[in-house]
Amino acid sequence: MSDHTAESFADREYEYGFVTDIEQESLPPGLNEDTVRFISAKKNEPDWLLEWRLKALRRFQELAAEDTEPTWARVDYPKIDYQAISYWAAPKKKLESMDEVDPELLETYAKLGIPLEEQKHLAGVAVDAVFDSVSVATTFRAELEKQGIIFCSFSEAVHKAPELVKKYLGSVVPYGDNFFACLNSAVFSDGSFAYIPKGVRCPMELSTYFRINAANTGQFERTLLIADEGAYVSYLEGCTAPMRDENQLHAAVVELVALDDAQIKYSTVQNWYPGNKDGVGGIYNFVTKRGACRGKRSKISWTQVETGSAITWKYPSCLLQGDDSVGEFYSVALTANHQQADTGTKMIHLGKNTSSTIISKGISAGFGQNTYRGLVRVQPKADGARNYSQCDSLLLGDRCGAHTFPYLEVKNPTATVEHEATTSKIGEDQLFYCRQRGISEEDAVSMIVNGFCKEVLRELPMEFAVEAQKLLGVSLEGSVG
Amino acid sequence: MLDIKGLHADADGVSILNGIDLTIRPGEVHAIMGPNGSGKSTLANVLAGRPGVEVTQGTVLFEGKDLVAMEPEERAREGVFLAFQYPVEIPGVSNLYFLKAALNARLKHQGLDELDAIDFLVLAKEKMKLVEMDEALVHRAINEGFSGGEKKRNEILQMTVLEPKLAILDETDSGLDIDALRVVAGGVNSLRSPDRAMLVITHYQRLLDYIVPDVVHVLAGGRIVRSGGKELALELEEKGYGWLNGDAA
Amino acid sequence: MSAPAWLEDLRRQGGEQLNELGLPTTRLEDWRYTNVAPIAETRWTPGDPRKDGVSRQELETLCHPVFACRLFVFVNGRFAADLSTLRVGTPEVAVHSLAQVLEEEPDALRGVLGEQALAKERAFTAWNQRELRDGAVVRIPDGADLEEPIHLVFLAEPGAEPTESHPRILVLAGERSRASVVEDYVSFGEGVSLTNAVTEIRVAPDAELEHVRFQRESADGHHISALHARLERNARLACHSVSLGGGLVRNDATVTLLGEGAECDLNGIFLGTGRRHVDNHTTIDHAVPHTTSRELYKGVLDDRSRGIFHGRVIVRPDAQKTDARQSSRNLLLSRGAEIDTKPQLEIHADDVKCSHGSTIGQLDPDALFYLRARGLTEDDARRLLTRAFVSEVTRSLRFEPLRVRIEEQLVELLEGA
Repeated sequence: MSDHTAESFADREYEYGFVTDIEQESLPPGLNEDTVRFISAKKNEPDWLLEWRLKALRRFQELAAEDTEPTWARVDYPKIDYQAISYWAAPKKKLESMDEVDPELLETYAKLGIPLEEQKHLAGVAVDAVFDSVSVATTFRAELEKQGIIFCSFSEAVHKAPELVKKYLGSVVPYGDNFFACLNSAVFSDGSFAYIPKGVRCPMELSTYFRINAANTGQFERTLLIADEGAYVSYLEGCTAPMRDENQLHAAVVELVALDDAQIKYSTVQNWYPGNKDGVGGIYNFVTKRGACRGKRSKISWTQVETGSAITWKYPSCLLQGDDSVGEFYSVALTANHQQADTGTKMIHLGKNTSSTIISKGISAGFGQNTYRGLVRVQPKADGARNYSQCDSLLLGDRCGAHTFPYLEVKNPTATVEHEATTSKIGEDQLFYCRQRGISEEDAVSMIVNGFCKEVLRELPMEFAVEAQKLLGVSLEGSVG
Repeated sequence: MLDIKGLHADADGVSILNGIDLTIRPGEVHAIMGPNGSGKSTLANVLAGRPGVEVTQGTVLFEGKDLVAMEPEERAREGVFLAFQYPVEIPGVSNLYFLKAALNARLKHQGLDELDAIDFLVLAKEKMKLVEMDEALVHRAINEGFSGGEKKRNEILQMTVLEPKLAILDETDSGLDIDALRVVAGGVNSLRSPDRAMLVITHYQRLLDYIVPDVVHVLAGGRIVRSGGKELALELEEKGYGWLNGDAA
Repeated sequence: MSAPAWLEDLRRQGGEQLNELGLPTTRLEDWRYTNVAPIAETRWTPGDPRKDGVSRQELETLCHPVFACRLFVFVNGRFAADLSTLRVGTPEVAVHSLAQVLEEEPDALRGVLGEQALAKERAFTAWNQRELRDGAVVRIPDGADLEEPIHLVFLAEPGAEPTESHPRILVLAGERSRASVVEDYVSFGEGVSLTNAVTEIRVAPDAELEHVRFQRESADGHHISALHARLERNARLACHSVSLGGGLVRNDATVTLLGEGAECDLNGIFLGTGRRHVDNHTTIDHAVPHTTSRELYKGVLDDRSRGIFHGRVIVRPDAQKTDARQSSRNLLLSRGAEIDTKPQLEIHADDVKCSHGSTIGQLDPDALFYLRARGLTEDDARRLLTRAFVSEVTRSLRFEPLRVRIEEQLVELLEGA
């Protein structure tokens, strides 16, 4: 937010007679109506959006009072004090030089092959003004605008395309949907927005990296992607560099809407830095990701490669509303040391002749625990629904664990649902065979793990796939034998 | 090239080899025959460095270097190749990718340039013709769904690509029909050269009609009880292994 | 006729646990699909033997086939000597009513009864423990080899008031023994009943036991069963659960493989007609290395019924060389029917072979067409295929007359639906 905008609202009075001094840079910890108004004012939001936030806040307060934090995932986390968090903080001060950056972090960046300039950016080191302003991002956006594609931060979209935001915000994940969605709806700071017009195939992968970051992204992100009839878009989230943040709690909401014949591909590659060797200090990542296949023959695919640990509560889902719509979920989750991952998906079949595919690959090493939790539900009117799920676990070592908890709920007799799960390990024989051909044990494990994940990796856009493979390699280091 | 002296070895804690002396020079093809349980496969595994097999006494020198001290992949890069009796399947990893990685590991070790994907594919296709192997198989996962014959052919294919200094063939003929045998032997023979040595382990004499050895050794009770020329193999075929018992030292 | 102190303790603990836990609500993960309010809200009374109760004749018709030598009948959970055939033929196999054993050998079951059933975590088991009075004790001596099954009949005979019964069944298979035990649950007469049965099985080393639970109570019968089995070294257990009747049904089976070489085979077939609700929960615990389990559960749901299958396979750390295969196959025959399955794997050891598969669907259209192309009517074709579908589960039953009877009943019910 520029200084100019802040100034012009310095004395604004609100409907309810409440005046905020929005000159201040950050809020003290605490969550109440004032907090929400402050955030909304800082972003110069229209009234309807402020109203929406306030409704969400009230619902959140009700839920918090009932003590109804969700327990679907079997993850343990200490109780969060929502009043002890600050919901708006000044942008982090940039570091002066690379010397101030944690050398371990730099080592990881190097292993992952991240170019130096990008490393600086990721590490929060002040970069040349030149790099920032003539950023690749600006060039891309011009390209996109020519085709009528809107891709910008959520805050910008509120001003640039308010009718779209108003129409679709909360239409896939209503503010009262669940505890964390409620919190997010009240205090979300920013996120991504994309709209692809009818018949347009977005010419490049949209990535969070290219979005110009407003202050305070990351904690309560709100993303909305809309593909109009016949449109196609591929969106990349995350990066292989380890995610470190002092903000422990992340409660994001991602809503995808695909209309008739539209397709959205959403890929995530994330390396959650576990904090320390014993898994203490990890990030709590509560994300509600849901795609609505509104239109006939629409398709939404979620692909994710995740390593490391966060206490996650993240189940990308598809609502298959349109007839002949398709939902897909491809996932690789790798846990080593003492990490935990609890991931999965929900496919809800509502329309006719809908189909869904779930391929989940879990790799556990060391003392890692990997859980797949999925739901396939076929509603009574969903004639001809088809689902195929395959959940495979690869165990490296005898101290780790792999668990699969699939729920299959079918209320229509013309549905066909198939689920399979297998568990395996890398055989001694297989390792020796590779070594006898001159391949080191570590490379052999890496090769076999990649082979195990092939079906998922090939769903990722090219550069992401290469990064993902590197990430798997780095994460496996030292965890075999 | 290979110098084995007084080798005693255990497999999974059981003593199998009880004093082997064997010298193989470059260009030579040695055959090892023997009844089941004589230690033939164990010998192969000792040379390749299979986990679970332990040398309890004696030395093995490969080109003057202590082979036993090397890790399996080191030995491979130095030029030791074992064609397995029961090649394992590795789903998800393609033959092509695997072989390229193996070859490049060897080239790198030798200080030579590695091959890129395209050059390698050309090389692979050439070698596949040699072992009469269907090109499509190279894109399949390692040995996955291969018949016995195809697996053995795959082993020989790998051998022709990796061009080892010492090739150890562990009962390569087991489970093969005459045609497959002919092709496999052809591939092996194409690699005979003055710089290369081979150790052919077999239970039946038949293979040695195709891969004619320079020396034949008979292994029994973990020791070499008899050595001779290729006629020894024929004598064994005629008289059976029991014939040797009287001669076992 | 005062009960021994240890028994009183057990009953008291049961009562305490029940009070503490209360009957489960759908907020508990294991009960998320099954609402037991109809049971919780009913006032139950123990059923007293009636003068106009079932006759031996009627019983035989109900429980056909009857295994003449060994038929033990319990009415509303109490042993009915007059309806049973006590002439066993061989004195070796000891089958007694629990009440009798508790009276005549008060300490024989101390430490054995209630050892496996954990009232601590399960309210219905706690309730059964509180009412611990009667049931069956089957002791198969070491080395015994029985050709004919031991047939235990549990007859629910409700009166004007809703009637409860809490039978407890204890089966101890001695070393190297081979036997078959059938628990047959039937209803007689009109009225609402609740059968809350708990079975504890111990299979000694090298023993082989087949256990069949054949449930065909009336639509007004609520049926809650819990089976706990413990397998020692090289023991083998084949469990068959055939659930054809009842209104609200919940079957729990927990098998723990405690000795190396142990094997268990869990088979289940459940049929939903009318508004039946049948919930099957199984847990197979591989606690030591080198054990094997096979599980096949098939459900056929028609009308407005609802079926649930929740199969949990746990492989403990160090339980290497475990071989576990689980399969759940289900047919939905009508629009109002529903099936929910949750096949679950929890693996903590790496050198294992574990897999599970679950399918929900309809009869294979290709197969249907093939049969019709050979002259069968569509109805006949469907019947044939449905029968084939269920027979995969029943074909491993040792005793032929029993298998035939079960298949016949299944088909009758399916065709009637």
